[in-house]
Amino acid sequence: MNGFRYLEGVTTLALDPDRCVGCGLCQAVCPHGVLAVADGCARIVDRDGCMECGACARNCPVEALAVSAGVGCASAIIKSWLTGAPPTCGCDTDGCC
Amino acid sequence: MDASRPPDGAGPHRPSGLALPMTDTCCPSVTPADEAPCCTPGSDANDDLPGYRVWPFVEDWFDTPAGRVPRVRTRLGPADLLGRWAMRWGIGRDRYRIAPGLYAVGRPDPAAPVLVTANYKMTFDLVRRDLDGVDAWILVLETRGINVWCAAGKGTFGTEEVVRRAKAAGLDRLVSHRKLVVPQLGAVGVAAHEVRRRCGFSVVYGPIRSRDLKAFLAAGLQATPEMRRVRFPLGDRIALAPVELRGVLGKPGLVAALALVVLGGLGPGVFSQAAAATRGLGAVAATLAGVFAGAVATPALLPWLPWRAFSAKGAAVGAAAAAVLAAGWPGPLGAWNGLAVLLAVPATSSYCAMNFTGSTPFTSPSGVEREMRRAIPWQAAAAATAGIAWLAGAFAA
Repeated sequence: MNGFRYLEGVTTLALDPDRCVGCGLCQAVCPHGVLAVADGCARIVDRDGCMECGACARNCPVEALAVSAGVGCASAIIKSWLTGAPPTCGCDTDGCC
Repeated sequence: MDASRPPDGAGPHRPSGLALPMTDTCCPSVTPADEAPCCTPGSDANDDLPGYRVWPFVEDWFDTPAGRVPRVRTRLGPADLLGRWAMRWGIGRDRYRIAPGLYAVGRPDPAAPVLVTANYKMTFDLVRRDLDGVDAWILVLETRGINVWCAAGKGTFGTEEVVRRAKAAGLDRLVSHRKLVVPQLGAVGVAAHEVRRRCGFSVVYGPIRSRDLKAFLAAGLQATPEMRRVRFPLGDRIALAPVELRGVLGKPGLVAALALVVLGGLGPGVFSQAAAATRGLGAVAATLAGVFAGAVATPALLPWLPWRAFSAKGAAVGAAAAAVLAAGWPGPLGAWNGLAVLLAVPATSSYCAMNFTGSTPFTSPSGVEREMRRAIPWQAAAAATAGIAWLAGAFAA
């Protein structure tokens, strides 16, 4: 997304190319074009575009992708600091999302 | 989750197309449509069931090998548009859902595609609106009135629910193919390979936006790269502003405003009602300026503001707002109060802007957490200094 870039060098996304079977599903589900498949193997082509949604890892049939997925939402993180629970999107109580 | 909401007991057996009773989502007297399709009345009969009413978006019903299916209109009515507006302001947000299950648009046959979506009514409305002229089945999941992406993040729009709904709807009796079109943003909660393993249906990820569905279907379930990229145009950012404001200006906002008015009355004469009015309301106005700068102006200007961190963008817009406010202040502001305005407005704006991260489709949790650890101490220090300066201003005058 032009004009929409977030902090660099923070994402937890990791790809194990040895496991990758090149099915291309990660490329299909990524909403930011972070992954691309070429010559039968996925590559991370825009690491800092990753927003850690976790769609790629969830859909990888061979667990070649790993990411600490979650919501990039300040109020959810504040809530989790206060309660100790993992941050979840409070969509039904406030404006988040 | 809203704790006041009843447990989702009625979920699997609620007939699609019927509105939920206003007071209770559970209705014991109704015959589950998906269990006894042959016993339901014919299409010329009254389709109301005790405790239910038919949604206005249901055009008619027709029989299929998997039971009777409501056919929905593709044109949104005034009630749909009013409901959408109310949702933008967060009014009745926890009730804006439709019964999960199978629906149809147009005249779908066994070869027609099955499109999966959430039971947030605004989501469903957009999908049916964008399917005008298309013959398709719509499989609505129980996401408790939450949109696809948020529900997928929570896991309610997930593998489990897709498999359960596909089975409950009798899709294998309904369609000749074995494909489910799942919106791409649902991939956060759905694992395509697991769905296939557990119910035999292959997940094909559709476009992000429902308005691309027609082109996607016409291309033989092929999405262009453009359909697969999330965007965040000005209209979307502005549409989120009311709900952002509502999050800040609710009850806590009212309490804070009252506290500011009371504190504004403090001064050399212990308490003055006149000071409470002028100084107190002045402080409320400055805070509101900060909220507006952070929750409305910053989101609107997002791609053109410098720096990556939302707290920094918000502070910049807040500083500009503070300068305008201080320059145009009615009556003498004074050095102390001036300092308070110049610190409080950017701090408030910075905080509100930081909270907007949750409404954007591109901020990572790791990034937000890093930003917060850096920004919150500055925001707190600026707000505290502003408060001290403001209170000192009462005595300095």
